[in-house]
Amino acid sequence: MKVLACIKRVPDTGAKIVLTEDEQRIDTSGLGFTMSPHEECAIEEAVAQVETHGGSAHVLTLGPPEADEQLRTGLAMQADEATLLETDEEEWSPRATADALADGIDRLDDEGFDLLLFGNESADAANYQVAVRVASELGYPCVTGIKDLEVEDGTAIAKREISGGEEVYEVDLPAVVTVKEGLNEPRYASMRAKMQARRQEIESVEPRAETRAGGLEKVRLEAPETDDSPAEILGEGSEAVPEIVEILAEEVEVV
Amino acid sequence: MILALVEHDKGTPEELSLEALAMARELATAEGDSLEAVAFGDEADALGDELGEYGVEAVHCVAHHHLERYAPDAWAESVVQLASEREAKTITAPGTDRGREVLARVGTSLDAPMATNCLAVDIADDGAYELRRNRWGGSLIEHARLDGEHKLLTAAEHEFPIEPAASPTEPSVSTFEPDVDDDLFAVQVDRVETGDEEGIPLGEARVVVGGGRGVGSAEDYDQLEELAELLGGTVGASRAAVNEGWRPHDDQVGQTGAKISPDIYIACGISGAVQHMVGCKGADTLLAINTDSEAAIVQKADWAVIGDLHEVVPELNEVLRDAA
Amino acid sequence: MSDAFPSSADTVVIGAGIVGNSLAYHLADQGREDILLLDKGPLPDPGGSTGHASNFLMPVEHSKEITHLTRRSIEQYEDMDTFTNSGGLEVARTEERMAELERRVQSAAAWGEPGRLLSVEEIEEMVPYLNTDIIKGGFYSPGAGTCDPLRAGEVMRARADEYTDGGLTVSPNTTVLDLHVEDGAISAVETDRGTVKADEVAIACGLWSPKIAAMAGVEIPLTPAVHQMVSVGPISFFEDYEGEISFPVVRDMDTQMYERQHGNDLEVGSYQHRPILWDVDEIPSIDEAPLSPTQPPLTDDAFEQSMHDALEIVPELLDDPEAGVRHEIDGLLSVTPDGAPLLGPLQDVDGLWSCAAVWIKEAPAVGEAVAQWMTRGWSDIDLHGSDINRFYEYGNSRQFVKNRAHEGFQKIYGIVHPHEQWQSSRPLRTSPFYDRQDDLEARFFEAAGWERPQWYESNEDLLERYAEELEGLERPNEWDSRWWSPIILAEHLHMRDEVAMVGDMGFGIFDFVGEDACEFLEGMAVGRIDVDVGKTVYTPILAENGGFVSDLTIARLGPDHFRLITGGAAAGSDRAWFGSHIPENADVTMIDNSESLCTLGVWGPSAREVIQSVAEEDVSHEAFPPYTAQEVTIGEVDAWAMRLSYVGERGWELYAPMGQGRRLWELVEEAGEDHDVRPVGMGVYGTTGRLEKGYRLHGHELELEYDPSEAGLSFHGIKEADFVGKEAYAEALETEDAATLCTLSVADHAPEGGEPRFMLGGEPILDDGEVIVDEEGRESYVTSAGTGPTVGKHLLMAYLPPEYAEEGRELAVEYMGQQYPVTVEIAGSEPLFDPENDRIRS
Repeated sequence: MKVLACIKRVPDTGAKIVLTEDEQRIDTSGLGFTMSPHEECAIEEAVAQVETHGGSAHVLTLGPPEADEQLRTGLAMQADEATLLETDEEEWSPRATADALADGIDRLDDEGFDLLLFGNESADAANYQVAVRVASELGYPCVTGIKDLEVEDGTAIAKREISGGEEVYEVDLPAVVTVKEGLNEPRYASMRAKMQARRQEIESVEPRAETRAGGLEKVRLEAPETDDSPAEILGEGSEAVPEIVEILAEEVEVV
Repeated sequence: MILALVEHDKGTPEELSLEALAMARELATAEGDSLEAVAFGDEADALGDELGEYGVEAVHCVAHHHLERYAPDAWAESVVQLASEREAKTITAPGTDRGREVLARVGTSLDAPMATNCLAVDIADDGAYELRRNRWGGSLIEHARLDGEHKLLTAAEHEFPIEPAASPTEPSVSTFEPDVDDDLFAVQVDRVETGDEEGIPLGEARVVVGGGRGVGSAEDYDQLEELAELLGGTVGASRAAVNEGWRPHDDQVGQTGAKISPDIYIACGISGAVQHMVGCKGADTLLAINTDSEAAIVQKADWAVIGDLHEVVPELNEVLRDAA
Repeated sequence: MSDAFPSSADTVVIGAGIVGNSLAYHLADQGREDILLLDKGPLPDPGGSTGHASNFLMPVEHSKEITHLTRRSIEQYEDMDTFTNSGGLEVARTEERMAELERRVQSAAAWGEPGRLLSVEEIEEMVPYLNTDIIKGGFYSPGAGTCDPLRAGEVMRARADEYTDGGLTVSPNTTVLDLHVEDGAISAVETDRGTVKADEVAIACGLWSPKIAAMAGVEIPLTPAVHQMVSVGPISFFEDYEGEISFPVVRDMDTQMYERQHGNDLEVGSYQHRPILWDVDEIPSIDEAPLSPTQPPLTDDAFEQSMHDALEIVPELLDDPEAGVRHEIDGLLSVTPDGAPLLGPLQDVDGLWSCAAVWIKEAPAVGEAVAQWMTRGWSDIDLHGSDINRFYEYGNSRQFVKNRAHEGFQKIYGIVHPHEQWQSSRPLRTSPFYDRQDDLEARFFEAAGWERPQWYESNEDLLERYAEELEGLERPNEWDSRWWSPIILAEHLHMRDEVAMVGDMGFGIFDFVGEDACEFLEGMAVGRIDVDVGKTVYTPILAENGGFVSDLTIARLGPDHFRLITGGAAAGSDRAWFGSHIPENADVTMIDNSESLCTLGVWGPSAREVIQSVAEEDVSHEAFPPYTAQEVTIGEVDAWAMRLSYVGERGWELYAPMGQGRRLWELVEEAGEDHDVRPVGMGVYGTTGRLEKGYRLHGHELELEYDPSEAGLSFHGIKEADFVGKEAYAEALETEDAATLCTLSVADHAPEGGEPRFMLGGEPILDDGEVIVDEEGRESYVTSAGTGPTVGKHLLMAYLPPEYAEEGRELAVEYMGQQYPVTVEIAGSEPLFDPENDRIRS
């Protein structure tokens, strides 16, 4: 089985996000980069499925040259191959991203992938649509928001949480599945794997995307005002218990 | 015409659908356009009364012999056909798994752009939308332009207040029968497995008692469980606590976990990392119990108790037990 | 402990990492009653380097000061129940490193710390997971261990609170906005919680210290630098062992890495990667940083070789199939231009102190020592190597700090020769003689930024002339002869035979002017200062405990005008010491002439003829007696001269304005042609000439831990006038010395045959195989080592207890794993060469 995990390089932010002066991006000086926890699960799942069923796991991203760092994280997690659709620093719209990914996936492998995993949404833009658009372009079925996945005899059995339980999908492979954190426990890469990943070659491919009029265009970013009005301090330690009870009873009316 | 996808439970619209409807109504008012709803499933025709309160002029109930179970591609195709028939140029959906994936599929059929997590939408002179949407789970706001023949929008969770329209309508309720190929049922809910988990789902609880790294161990969550039970609520956890293995991932509140909207969120031993706070933004009130008076969570709380949760929570439980 | 933010405090300590906590605690212990300890971050981990250090303490270093600070810190961590004694192991992958580890054993013995070499088999037994195939052996330090600095901080705060009876206010989450300075003294600390008045403020802010110091207009020369560190786990091998650490911390010296158990994890740290320096302004705030401000993400590509090396030495643990890299950071720490801490008073702002660039392993003792310094003026452990004033007025620029940090980072865990020279930011301070010296192929060494010739390759011809005398004194071993040349010895012999010119020495030159100058200096020096105009006085300068602050020469230029001349290395700290002691309202002005005057020494039997031939004045013995100073005109140059010598020869130190220095050099060089005058280097001035004369050097023989009686510098007796340290000094003269500074010679350089070896300093002195320790617990070690070509011996200075301090006594010195017989030549300060000082006095 050939499994693909698609990921996105994003800044690793703290409690406060600072923007560049032109408000076009996050000021990343002093910050590192990472990927969404969803995507870490996608890589883990790709590797785990290959460990179970044989085959190979491939990691793909569309991003700047530095995104090879995230691809190497994937390789260190025991993915077999990695490909970078290399862009400049500019962020691509979800439609263009999907075009480029679909085109890139086509070019990557003649035989095609059996399972294409995405994070449910990216950590930063959260457009919730790239995987669906890729699936549509490739003509593959797509299920989203999956927290439980099994592959049996060419069928993916995927479960999504709903109120009070889970709904189960069974789709034929090849298929696109977007996954959520909780699907699995992503492994910590071993030191040897990390070292080897550093020495592994990463294929860099020029992305192609259709240009279309209109679409979704970022104008600028804004760091929202946070409500810094201090909390009312009810007290220290258990001396505050009567106050808590009063609030629960009077203000929130849950007692 | 603006077409709004509405999810419902046997004729009762879901909260997030009403929020998205609020967004759609704002747009309809601004554009001087009409607002119509599309719904799937049993008893959709019962939506008429309630949706009228929110200014919907027509409710289209999609009927298809294969649609007894959810099938995103078939839903999307139905919406596309209805939009075409009704000449809807703007389609909205709630910020739910289904809402987003159906609308994304509509986007692929119409080759239309889609903006998710919207906070506010204005109409520019050229007819494009100037909108604000959440990024980073709401830690950042993106100002964006959405332009195209069709425009697709989903609403951010708990951002649009659900308020009845100034002038209620009496919507027409009609059935729409789409022409859907069998291959659009390749992805369809096969079955539903009900969880063996007891208790109230996090997203629906009126009271959530959250525990973070400060709880210290899986065992120490017993105190929080008891408090949640006494208050008729449920327990949540920070990502740190889940990563420690103290709680299952299902309990995680935050950007990559559950988004909660209780009446009160009682955060115990949680520092208040931004990825956590975006998951509990929907809470009406926030009470923090923390040893560090400078912790981010204390800054953001309505009320705070400075102290060790291992001391405060058992004491609180005792008082509540005695009162019960 | 009070939480309310005070409007005033006796002492404000900025920074609540391990250093600030320790300082607050020891200040409280030593009597400060009203202390505010504040930090920008929360407690117990405010986000600085304390929060991410690997927390192990390896006590043995080649520096006595750092070793003693670490040992004292271990005692304190133990006392606070925050120390785990795991032992520590430094392993060698090369023969060169094995030799270095033998030097470790030697330093351990000299500083009184246990330590021994281990065979590969012993290592295997002790640390079963090491790949011993690649190891040649190791150095084991049984006293090493790990600590919990955050917990220690809590204990220290609690104790400080107790000792001050609640007089400690701890204010976390408090940002310092400004430091207020009034009339050259600190007056208040302005924070986002209010302004607190204080006339004593200590900066213990780790890598943020320069930023805080700048608020008062002063400089703390350090830069944040990356130390890469990862944690790998869970490792099943460790599951059978309870507690944090059950195996010695391992330093893989040749790869500049360490591996240490931490519970079920193995922490792997590295200093081998390329230096990654940060600008303090780029460090994210606590809010902006995902982990903490000092834990930016690991720079992967820089860590690649480290992973390779770690996998090579602990393959079994790191290849545990369950284990992964759970934590990885570019840990930020403070790096200074020479790697040592930055402690002491910031002399341009009274009352402002620096306590920065301190490692976890030294922090408790540094807090104690600096608290002693702040409260009583001296510390039990001499801190001259860490005195921030060593960089005063030359080594504080960003560029200098950056260059030296870049260079110095690569020396961490390195094999650093005791005389190794820095290469970057040079030349920085040059005398007017520099170009001429460079023409003569001077090999420059640096002292306090000054370029000083150590020897001149142009004097190579002298080797032939003195071949006979040099026989047996050349150093066949590469290590012994590194940063050394036999030309030094030949230059020395030539000086003794003819005449030599030495310069510039990089002296600190301070003029004291004013009606109260005499009285002020009288109160600072052991020697009598109120002498006739034109006299010079060589005198110890003591702290209240009677230990050495400095030794220097003071010349009286006029009734109200004195000139103080001190060694370049001590110039900054001496300036701070004298400056801080000038009483308020006293009519004393201190003028720093260090960069205004250059110094040229002209010494040797022909010195008078050379100088007389170009001097306007009569410089005969009668007209210009020894130990006096006069103005002289050398050719066109207006100079001032002192007739004294640090090398034991007839001659002068000529002081001239820098602008006329070049001319002065030319005149002397030309005038000396007939006498074959040679420029000679600091190798002669600082070592060979000095040792033959038994002259003591500050920082080597003279430090706070020894008094003038022990150092043999009690020739001044006890003068009438009061002076700093008088009481202790008087007592020291009365009581029997616990040790006496002696000059020893090496009796056999190759007792077991083979290559003759030459000690370089810092080696332990043994009797019967055991290190000699005096009754005050001080080990006997070589304070200075060098060859005396005229006496034909390799000379060592060392303090010896009275029972050993007897001329002719035979002892041994341990050097590179071997013992060499030595003989006590002189007990006390009598010169080995020319004991009556006939040459100087004629």
